[in-house]
Amino acid sequence: MAVSVDEAVSTGPARDHTPPARRLGGRGRSVLEVTLLTVLAVVMLFPVLWMIETSIKENRDVYAIPAKLFDFKVTLAHYKDVFVDPDGGRSALSVSFLNSVVVAGVSTVLATVLGVPAAWAYSRFAVKAKKDQLFFILSTRFMPPVVVVIPIFLMYRQVGLIDNKLGLILIYAAFNVPFTIWMMKGFVDEVPAEYEDAAMLDGYTRLQAFRRFTLPLLMPGIAATAVFALIFSWNEFVFATFLTSSDSVRTAPPAIAGLIGGTTTDWGLVAAASVVFALPVLVFAYLVRKHLIAGVTLGAVRR
Amino acid sequence: MAGIEVTALHKRYPDGTVAVEHVDLSIGDGELFVMLGPSGCGKTTTLRAIAGLERQTTGDIRIGDTLVNDLPPAERDIAMVFQFYALYPHLKTRDNLAFPLRAEGLPKPEVHERVEEAARLMRLGPLLDRRPRQLSGGEQQRVALARALVRRPRAFLMDEPLTNLDAELRADMRTEIKHLQGELGATMVYVTHDQVEAMSLGHRIAILNKGRVEQIGTPLEVYDRPASLFCAAFIGSPPMNLIEVEVADGKLRGEGGLALAPPPGLSRDRRLIAGVRPEALEVTAPGEDRSVPARVVSAEWLGDEIIYVVDHGGQRDVRVRMPPTVRFAADATVGLRHTGGTPAVYDVSTEELVA
Repeated sequence: MAVSVDEAVSTGPARDHTPPARRLGGRGRSVLEVTLLTVLAVVMLFPVLWMIETSIKENRDVYAIPAKLFDFKVTLAHYKDVFVDPDGGRSALSVSFLNSVVVAGVSTVLATVLGVPAAWAYSRFAVKAKKDQLFFILSTRFMPPVVVVIPIFLMYRQVGLIDNKLGLILIYAAFNVPFTIWMMKGFVDEVPAEYEDAAMLDGYTRLQAFRRFTLPLLMPGIAATAVFALIFSWNEFVFATFLTSSDSVRTAPPAIAGLIGGTTTDWGLVAAASVVFALPVLVFAYLVRKHLIAGVTLGAVRR
Repeated sequence: MAGIEVTALHKRYPDGTVAVEHVDLSIGDGELFVMLGPSGCGKTTTLRAIAGLERQTTGDIRIGDTLVNDLPPAERDIAMVFQFYALYPHLKTRDNLAFPLRAEGLPKPEVHERVEEAARLMRLGPLLDRRPRQLSGGEQQRVALARALVRRPRAFLMDEPLTNLDAELRADMRTEIKHLQGELGATMVYVTHDQVEAMSLGHRIAILNKGRVEQIGTPLEVYDRPASLFCAAFIGSPPMNLIEVEVADGKLRGEGGLALAPPPGLSRDRRLIAGVRPEALEVTAPGEDRSVPARVVSAEWLGDEIIYVVDHGGQRDVRVRMPPTVRFAADATVGLRHTGGTPAVYDVSTEELVA
């Protein structure tokens, strides 16, 4: 039976399944749980809160000692500085944000367009040495990307892809394609091949059958996979730092990092830029959260 | 409707697996032809090659007078029913049925008429406006059958269509398919690993093993005279007893002195195995006429019959099917005798039927 990914993710609160006896007997335990979780949440969320707070403080409040937690004047000047240059016109930061959108977006689309049909082919057809091929594809992700920064730099210098958005797009797509193939293969395996067989008997070609019947059933999986790829490309720092130099090409992560250093650091601007940088991914992840869970737990349970 | 000819079919996948070694089939017009075999025997691959979903490596397939080797599935004018039903999940029953017709480009009134007709045949009236998800397994399979019917194809291909249903429903659907096939006079190729399904449905059965056809025959032929030791061990539950025998004094003499009626024309110097159905043996009180001494190892009480496992001094214990009125305790000393006609006899080295 085909189960859509939506159904596979249980949304009911798990707490209700706890037998009452255990809830009563474990009162001390639940107090401990809540305390621990609170401590963890504070530790994890404090930097984020501090970032948000700094981004709306005036500069003298940012440097105030002792630090002002609550009684400071709210200002949106830093956010304005993120987008608008002090001399008027667009700021360098806003250009880098746009670059990030283009690079992450195009590389994700590229990885999806290449990876999904490949995953389908690996799932559906008897391919020579299929397991070895799939292992080879995965093996490109075994090493940390930093390892190949220098060789890639040298190669890119030869072909003129240094300080070029296309260069970043290609390298991000190259890192995301193996991931897309592996994750999507899991999703394709879940869709019975018989849909395509039936469609082919009904007069469609194999590719039409894939497009009209399998692809719509794969959409939740594609969404989850694409978001993971997007987050990788959006957050990537090392390659962006090494392969770009001019403000017009640089993506947001190295651009924000570039604000730190020099004689003084405008922490308010750094914080505001970071908040703006974090927002799109947060929103995206929130929108597809159900599919993300399905994506990471897929195959964990044998049906 | 049309017959189907499969000649010297061979299928080898790119990764080197040989799914079908060599298969020849000649399926008559209006015949319900069953392909039976264990998983991996090549029966499904053969069916998919007939459907056009797999391209055979070598060999020819003819449907009617048409050589279909290079025709895509849709142009072969056949319909297929799958184990997992393969109903389009986003379409209502009505649209699932109409789908292949619309793909063919038939005019609306004709589509409507054919859908109604198929729905009536398979009694789908109340289900027409539901989606597959809202249907039970049996209902989904009836819709899948109806979807095959609306096409009015030259032949039906069935790939283990009942495997996913529970036992009771499976028996009902079996009857329904048989009835439908007779009513329409349809050519039907039916793949299954279930011998009960094969025996009860098939006009003829082909038993496949390791990509080759072991035997083709009517259910009775296949049951009475399995063509090879593989067939002998595969058909029947419990399967045939395979007893090593030699020709002596004009009789077949098995281990422990068990005597069987000999088929004519057996040479003396061969090593032979006799295939004896459990119902062709009898457990008797010890010392009865023509019986050899034996011991009951265990008894399975099945209600309508008892299966005795009996040790008569041979290498293997034999199984005997007895009516429930004949009762012996486990470990009882009994007699064992052959009551059937001449048994099927196999050569030990070729594993094939010799008499």
